[in-house]
Amino acid sequence: MNSTPTIPGTSEAAGASTLKTESTDAPALSINVILRILRMAARHRVSMAAGVICAVAAANFQLLIPQYLGAAVDHAQGMLAHADTGSQAARSALWTTAMILLGAGVLRGVFTMFQNYLGESLGHRIGYELRLAYFEKLQRMSFSYHDRVHSGDLMTRGMLDVEGVRRFVENAMYRSIVLVILVGYGGYHLLSNDLALGALALSFVPIVAWRAAVSRLWLRRTWRQLQERLSEMTRIMEENLGGIRVVRAFVAQAFELARFDKVAGDAIAMSLKRVEIRYRNGAMMIFSYYAAMGLVLWIGGLKVIHGTLSVGMLTEFLAYMAILQQPVRQIGMIVNSVARGSISGARVFDIIDLEPVIRDKAGAPELAVSRGVLRFEHVDFSYHPDGSGAPALRDISFEVGPGKTLGIVGPPGSGKSTLAHMIPRFYDVTAGRITIDGQDIRDVTLESLRTCVGVMQQDTFLFSAPIESNIAYGEPDAQQERIMDAAGLAQLHDYVQRLPSGYETLVGERGLSLSGGQRQRLSIARSILPGPNVIVFDDSTASVDAGTEQKIRAALRDLSRERTTLIISHRLNSLMHADEILFLEAGRIVERGSHAQILALGGRYKDLYDLQVRGGNDALDLGMAPLRDGTLAG
Amino acid sequence: MMRSTWVWRLCVTARSPAEQNRALMSATQINTPAAGIADANRRQEETDERIFGAAFDGHVIRRFIGYMRPYRAGLMLAAVCVVLFTASQLMIPLVIRAAIDKALVPGIMDAGLLTTIALAFAAIISVNALASLGQEIIVGKTGERILFDLRRAMYAHLQRLSMSFMDQTEVGRLMSRLQGDVGALQEFLDTLVTTLGDVLLLIGIVTVLLMLNVKLAMLTLSVVLILLIVRMIWLPRARKAFVRARQTSSIVNGALAENINGVRTVQEMTREKVNFVRFEKKAHDYLNATRRAAKFSTAMAPIVDTLTGAALGIVVYVGGTMVLDNTLELGVMVAFIFYVQRFFDPIRSLTTQYSVMQRAMASGQRIFEVLDVPVEVVDKPAAIELGHIDATIDATIEFRNVTFGYYPGQPVLKNISFTVKPGEVVALVGPTGSGKTSTTSLIHRFYDVWEGEVRVGGHDVRDVTQHSLGRHVGMVLQEPFLFTDTIFENIRYCSEHATREDVMNAAQVVGAHEFIMRLPQGYDTRLEQRGGNLSLGQRQLLSFARAIVANTDILILDEATASIDSYTERAIQTALVRLLQGRTGVVIAHRLATVRKADRIIVLQDGRIVESGAHHELLRGRGLYHRLYSMNYASFDDIPEDLIRAAVAQTST
Repeated sequence: MNSTPTIPGTSEAAGASTLKTESTDAPALSINVILRILRMAARHRVSMAAGVICAVAAANFQLLIPQYLGAAVDHAQGMLAHADTGSQAARSALWTTAMILLGAGVLRGVFTMFQNYLGESLGHRIGYELRLAYFEKLQRMSFSYHDRVHSGDLMTRGMLDVEGVRRFVENAMYRSIVLVILVGYGGYHLLSNDLALGALALSFVPIVAWRAAVSRLWLRRTWRQLQERLSEMTRIMEENLGGIRVVRAFVAQAFELARFDKVAGDAIAMSLKRVEIRYRNGAMMIFSYYAAMGLVLWIGGLKVIHGTLSVGMLTEFLAYMAILQQPVRQIGMIVNSVARGSISGARVFDIIDLEPVIRDKAGAPELAVSRGVLRFEHVDFSYHPDGSGAPALRDISFEVGPGKTLGIVGPPGSGKSTLAHMIPRFYDVTAGRITIDGQDIRDVTLESLRTCVGVMQQDTFLFSAPIESNIAYGEPDAQQERIMDAAGLAQLHDYVQRLPSGYETLVGERGLSLSGGQRQRLSIARSILPGPNVIVFDDSTASVDAGTEQKIRAALRDLSRERTTLIISHRLNSLMHADEILFLEAGRIVERGSHAQILALGGRYKDLYDLQVRGGNDALDLGMAPLRDGTLAG
Repeated sequence: MMRSTWVWRLCVTARSPAEQNRALMSATQINTPAAGIADANRRQEETDERIFGAAFDGHVIRRFIGYMRPYRAGLMLAAVCVVLFTASQLMIPLVIRAAIDKALVPGIMDAGLLTTIALAFAAIISVNALASLGQEIIVGKTGERILFDLRRAMYAHLQRLSMSFMDQTEVGRLMSRLQGDVGALQEFLDTLVTTLGDVLLLIGIVTVLLMLNVKLAMLTLSVVLILLIVRMIWLPRARKAFVRARQTSSIVNGALAENINGVRTVQEMTREKVNFVRFEKKAHDYLNATRRAAKFSTAMAPIVDTLTGAALGIVVYVGGTMVLDNTLELGVMVAFIFYVQRFFDPIRSLTTQYSVMQRAMASGQRIFEVLDVPVEVVDKPAAIELGHIDATIDATIEFRNVTFGYYPGQPVLKNISFTVKPGEVVALVGPTGSGKTSTTSLIHRFYDVWEGEVRVGGHDVRDVTQHSLGRHVGMVLQEPFLFTDTIFENIRYCSEHATREDVMNAAQVVGAHEFIMRLPQGYDTRLEQRGGNLSLGQRQLLSFARAIVANTDILILDEATASIDSYTERAIQTALVRLLQGRTGVVIAHRLATVRKADRIIVLQDGRIVESGAHHELLRGRGLYHRLYSMNYASFDDIPEDLIRAAVAQTST
């Protein structure tokens, strides 16, 4: 049965399958993605409209400059030609022109500023919205999704791809408006003045645009390849330095250098090629621009000689070309932004559009806990819902109530942790059902279920925060006393107290690093604090030494009197006092019973017991013997 | 001591307590790409902190020039290109001026002269294009090469530096020098040509303007002065806003990374709502910071445009009046118009290049700091080869009155003497910090002793080449270290002569063959993230197999302390026996099972040998070993510290 219907195309599986597309280099320009980004931008009506107005105004004021420069030259020349140089009118005409130029400069600058600011600001706003939506969605995606997807990829999407969309809004949207006005309106003005000369003046635009677009797209493609090579190089260096003892132990320095040289050689060849393409295109663009200018000067000059063009008009043509040079070269950047925006947008929307497989049913009630009886009824589970691969759990049934302890043991890969993950609904059963006090856990809210169940994991994730916040992670406003109590039960309190900053000591990525055992104790404290009714120890004391583990057990004994406890462990003395023990193998319960009963079966459990506890001279003794207070043994 | 000064210098910025903790993490954290990105962010942040510094450092420049030397012919050519490029750019308005003043003067219109001028223009722009091509391609390529040279020089140097240096410097820090600092230099090189070109162009424009007309030039240039002043006021404030934007950005990305990596805990503890609110706040801070930065970056536009407008106004009014007064030719006025439009760009880029220069100098210092760390453990000039390449040696290890430590005045090993006979397996046992790892490191000459000597195969390890010593002394580390490569390559590692068969045999000997064959591509399965997809036990077995392929006469083995399940434990113990078969072994033992298998046990305490002998002999001796053993822990590491202290105290009284 499938209690959570998935919407076709937006299921998590679909999301995972599109993951592959990000590494393909072909820039799949998707109009839909661009339109969706534009729709997001259009929601900010005021700043969007203001930005467009500013862009139009800025472009128009900029176009005034060459016209008035040309006019000024004509004025001066005209007056020279008519020997009218003394007239006050001519001088005031120059003054007017100068003022207009200044005014146009100021207005153009101001409008450009607003246009740029509005563009950047809108870009950041959209980046902000995407970032929040992305974050919110990732937090809700089920374990099965996070199992499949590489965290690095999610990070790249959340950082670089959101950035790509932002850049598109900032660079491509308004800039293309300005460009269209400058080339379109300015070009129209020139062409209507002198068709041939106007065409010459504009002749460099398509060449530059084409080269810029082609080379930018090429550079974009090869940038990816170069990055791959560079990160390969980084990896080799990192692993070399991180494993320097291995390198030294095997005297592999020469071998390592050769490895480095090979990858570095590839990378350098690639980057040299990029340098060449980039600058060859750059030089070609500049040349075509100047060539057009030379032609305008020559043909225009001939026209001036023939009297069909004024020197002022010629100056205007040349000045206009000077203005156009910069924005036309930006065409490459715009094309690049659009391509990147489209790909990045698709990658971000991919995630935002997903729906988690595990979520609350519509109108699901809270879990009503009366006693905390946990029941598995013929539970089957497979990590591959399509039926491929062996199921991880098969026909698991048991019941454990308050004050009782269930022990689960079995070889690595037998499904012990999987079983633990079913209880807080990190995964949903494939068949059968799990109930707490008679309520199917799929029918109640996730929040109430997960508050009721505390799972203590073998791997503990520490957040970059003080120890106290890490312990109070599930209950951020818990009182100091309760935090200390939880730490005390987990045998962590003494250690924390001895730290210079005590409970305020920063741990996690940027803080103090804790040992494996300390991390596990922190995990225990963290899970106990909210007072769950069902406590699951998922091999959570594997790195805690045997003595401390005993102390933790003793401390928790009081606590577990009214709670339901599951202990998963490979150390038999962690669970041999359980009320019932399940021996799992390949997802099935192969032996069950109390310690005495299951031992009497003389099967796998007994083998393991012999291996661990009754270790002879050649067998192992894995901390099985209880503490003897340091007294001498014979 | 020379070395310690350098080490100290390298670490000096890093030694705040927070940084120290952070440093501890950096080695492990490289595992996850997400963290890697966050790490890159942090490096960026660190560079920001150091942004304010000298923009010119003679020492760095001199060293840097040393790396340019191999490319000097090309760079000379590039210099010529830069000059040609700037000159031809400067000539363009002059050509326009010539056309207007000489060929297009009312009354004396000269079509022939105009065509000549047009041809000259064509010639100039051709030179311009070629020079631009030459300059950018030569410098661009040379720059890339120099950077790779530098990176390789650093990397190669790190391969030769002594372990004591490597111990004290974390991978993250070194990587940030190899990547971040070299990257900063790259940025610098990229802008170097533009900077030189800009300076030349500015000087050129100013000179040409002054030559054309002093009065008009002075008036126009006064506007530039205003720009410079405005820029000086603007820059520090803007930089602060930019740094703040970058910091908030890395905070947001850090929070994202943490939530991605810890998503399971987040869901388990139902923290989604709280985390979302907190993230929203961080994202909002970032939004505000970037908007503030945007204000600064966009504020420059109206200023530059106003000043351009003002300069143009001056040219039109003052220049125009002068034209009317016949004190200026019309073409000069047009030329001025074109120059005015050109000279704001170089000024703008020059002011931003200042901070690039600062960053580059700081990076250069850090790069050369690494390159200047002296190599301590070096082969003697007369060092001999230990044994022949494939021949076995007399695998005796002898410590003669060895004293050794990492810091002056704090010896870790004190006057230690012992001998390991060929074929013998010796277990080193003792509390943490008793000197076990130091002892084994000396056999491989990771460090040099202070006093006494370590002899392998009858030679002082300092008298043989390091390479030949390494060929006879193998090592298995406590933490199995795998590379992101195939299983085959990981087992073979640098024993390149080993065949596929050798590798498979080795895997069979240690019992890894079965699980390898169960992997999707068997021996060709690629290990992701240093074998993160394998269990600890499996990684251990692979590192055993690697040692078997290397097939050394002497094997040093540091047993893993981490707890593994009983099934894997059994496999590892079996492998261990096979691994040591027929070799001289020194084992840092943590598990009783291993200790008991050794031919002899050496008990170390506080840098001295307190007991030595076979298991049963030591038990009879009732010393420290007996006490530790009787506590009945499977592993000595499990014994709580206070009990060990008690045992030591009891023994020494």
